[in-house]
Amino acid sequence: MHRRPIARALLALPLILALPAPLTVLADPPKVFERQLGNGLKVLVKPDRRAPVLTSQVWYKVGSSYEYGGITGVSHLLEHMMFKGTAAHPAGEFSRIVAENGAEENAFTGSDYTAYFENLASDRLAIAFELEADRMRNLRLDPDDFAKERDVVTEERRMRTDDDPQALTGEQFEAVAFAASPYRNPVIGWAGDLEQLKVEDLRDWYRLWYAPNNATVVVVGDVEPEQVFALAEQYFGPLKAETVAPPKTQAEPEQRGEKRLQVKAPAKEPYLLMGYKTPAVVDAAAPWEPYALEVLSSILDGGSSARLERELVRGSQIASSAGASYSAFSRLPGLFQLDGVPAKGHDIPALEQALRAQVERLKQEPVAAAELERIRTQLIANKVYEQDSVFNQAVKLGQLETVGLGWELADQYVERLAAVTPEQVQAVAQKYLTQDRLTVAVLDPQPVDGKQPKKAPAGLGGHGNVR
Amino acid sequence: MYVETSRLNGVRWSTDRRGIGGIVGPRSGPYGGRANHTSSFFGVHLRSFAANLFAAALLLLGTAAQAGPKIETWQTANGARVLFVAAPQLPMVDVRVVFDAGAARDGERPGLAAFTAGMLNEGARDWNADTIAERMENVGASLSAATDRDMTSVAVRSLTREPALTTALETLAGVLAAPSFPADALERNRENTLIGLRQEQEQPAKVAQKALYRQVFGGHPYASDPSGTEESVRALTAADLKAFHDRYYTGANAVVAIVGALDRPAAQALAEQVVGTLPAGERAAPLPTVPDLGAAALEQLAFPSSQTHVLAGQPGMARGDPDYFALYLGNHILGGSGLVSILMDEVREKRGLSYNTFSYFIPLAQPGPFLMGLQTKNDQAGQALGVLVDTLKQFAAAGPTDAQLTAAKKNLTGGFPLRIAENAEIIPYLSVIGFYGLPLDYLDRFTDRINAISAEQIRDAFARRVHPERLAIVTVGGDQTPVPVPDPAAAPAPAAGGPG
Repeated sequence: MHRRPIARALLALPLILALPAPLTVLADPPKVFERQLGNGLKVLVKPDRRAPVLTSQVWYKVGSSYEYGGITGVSHLLEHMMFKGTAAHPAGEFSRIVAENGAEENAFTGSDYTAYFENLASDRLAIAFELEADRMRNLRLDPDDFAKERDVVTEERRMRTDDDPQALTGEQFEAVAFAASPYRNPVIGWAGDLEQLKVEDLRDWYRLWYAPNNATVVVVGDVEPEQVFALAEQYFGPLKAETVAPPKTQAEPEQRGEKRLQVKAPAKEPYLLMGYKTPAVVDAAAPWEPYALEVLSSILDGGSSARLERELVRGSQIASSAGASYSAFSRLPGLFQLDGVPAKGHDIPALEQALRAQVERLKQEPVAAAELERIRTQLIANKVYEQDSVFNQAVKLGQLETVGLGWELADQYVERLAAVTPEQVQAVAQKYLTQDRLTVAVLDPQPVDGKQPKKAPAGLGGHGNVR
Repeated sequence: MYVETSRLNGVRWSTDRRGIGGIVGPRSGPYGGRANHTSSFFGVHLRSFAANLFAAALLLLGTAAQAGPKIETWQTANGARVLFVAAPQLPMVDVRVVFDAGAARDGERPGLAAFTAGMLNEGARDWNADTIAERMENVGASLSAATDRDMTSVAVRSLTREPALTTALETLAGVLAAPSFPADALERNRENTLIGLRQEQEQPAKVAQKALYRQVFGGHPYASDPSGTEESVRALTAADLKAFHDRYYTGANAVVAIVGALDRPAAQALAEQVVGTLPAGERAAPLPTVPDLGAAALEQLAFPSSQTHVLAGQPGMARGDPDYFALYLGNHILGGSGLVSILMDEVREKRGLSYNTFSYFIPLAQPGPFLMGLQTKNDQAGQALGVLVDTLKQFAAAGPTDAQLTAAKKNLTGGFPLRIAENAEIIPYLSVIGFYGLPLDYLDRFTDRINAISAEQIRDAFARRVHPERLAIVTVGGDQTPVPVPDPAAAPAPAAGGPG
């Protein structure tokens, strides 16, 4: 692949194809058990006894789409600081305890959520709960630790975005596509905002969002639901609830005409990124529309036999690589995206034209029954494959619950996708994939110069300074 | 480690999260390839790459309390070695066929092994690429191929119900035994591979990785990147691919790993179906030995980036090395255990110099590399490199403390059940055990062997095998002003090797 897959390409597939549903008899997906504690904490448990392991995840309803100008990146930086200790478990202690118990731990921040996880042997859940409960309310936020961690995140930003031309293009693209929606801001934050963030900003942010009534605990693995609920009561039960106000809406105004931008960065190959404003489940005019958009995305990019690879990469050979992505399950409406790298002998305008022609065709002709059948088959198969991983099963539940759609959607999702008709796919293409909703970004490669190999004289050895 | 999300779309949770860095494919290591180059555009940021690095190191673990999966093994009629684990819970199967046909077999044609593997699904029997894609996807199955320095792996995941299973296996057998390397597809793949190679030149991490392998391995085949060079890829012909395929895609040169809802007779039939039509052939000859790095080397490449990527390395160890467990456990403490490693503490926690820092061994058929690395803003590169090398020196001289050793043992043994929980995790273990001829009880005995290692054994193994004064070092980033490298003998990083 010569195109770093666009965001939705990554998730669209697992999501579309992997959600459990009572659609088939191939393998009964395990049931989900739900309990809400007195302080508002929601606990979801999905027993899966294939192996003596579990994943424990704490999902907070906060992420970059909760932020506003001047403090972008605060959610992600706070996520980093969550590993820096409490009075009961000073810096380093958390990770040390987790490691000594053989657990994997990490955290991730998105536009719509911040989540922390431990994967561990199924008899050690109490360890994860004790630590997570402690840092839910008692984070220390030391100024010296903060200063160093801000440097770390700045390095992270350089690595992920500043020095990656396609990532940089994606960041600029979203900033142009959205005028007011907080999806215009990068999750990692703008460099200038990161620079001026203060530990006090993080304290405020922590107080606003880190509370049991703003979190969901998800446990999937070899567990008894009642035991998990009892442990949750023991560790999280004593935590106090907070008054949590919903974030400002920052509604996106109607787009009035196509937007275009150019991004200049050191690169060897150009890159094209297009996005149409589309609804999500949260705001769709008709409930089936987002599902039709998901199916449309799979028609274009649901594997090597889907249209983009078959027709643009192999057929006309205009694209070296091409992709499509969409997510129905964001907290706010987003984009239907197309992207690609032109093949040899073709340029960005030719690629754009070819992608637009694909969109036109979806408006003109209904998709074939065979294409829908392939997508349905893939949905069913991926529902089985997904059960190979307790981690991924938990992520699906956590995401749906945290963006406000409810985890129950995981049980209905596949059926809703399978019910989409060719006429519905055509209808959403006609309604939403229109020029006035479109933003187009082009990466304009600048020289990657100064790369002449300069071999310094060997000799770091000994004790001499090597220049 | 790079593991891969945004809005709802983006949880970056690829298989790399607990991948098998450097073992199966060029994509799985921290400097292994594009899979690691996700970006903020994906919308989600893991706190660190630690989980991946950690994962990269954890290839073979075991515990007394937790035996590994029950592995059955046999040979097909044409000599392929089969390893099978029955996993009856889910109605699915994973099959991975591994050939001793990695990039180390490229010879004078860098990129040949990977290019050949990439062409398998472009045509086989009387199928074209569209047909092959449809055959798999219309039954919900997937087909993939990957090439690293030692091996080429071709993998299928399918439901066990019919007609999915038969269709998927027949397709796999066809692409393995009778690829047609059609001329038009070859030219298209050539041009797209060239675009990929140029895009690798955009990425300072990839530039650094390639340069370091060249420094560490010199004239050895491991020096060459599996993706090849522009010049070589331009020159590849269908005859080259066919000759490579004829020579290396044979029964004797293959290992078949199977995990899924099958019984033994069904697995036997599956193995025959998948590789039975390959000629018996013969195993590839052993690779040449890797010479020790003679002297330290430093290569500094300018790059229009805000960060400098720093890599240091030397030849490390092979699979089955007598020092394997001491070096593996020692490295786990030094830089292989993610957030709690000494390197992470020195470079990131104490100094805030880098988002990610790591060290690891990649054990291959011949000694693969021992690598360390980080990335930091250009004007800190000299300082960061100093900390990296000092930390290694300190650890190589003093070894771990008892507290560090105990913690690492608990981590590795306590985490064992996680490593073999998924079919997707068992498959690479089977591939490696079969490919490198490791004993079948390797997983079962791993914990005991880890627990038996002493701090003195680690110190001794590092003193003999790791040579901080003879590292190859590559820096990529910034203008052409050479990075000021501090004297590695002076001012050891405080507390390296200290309690952690």
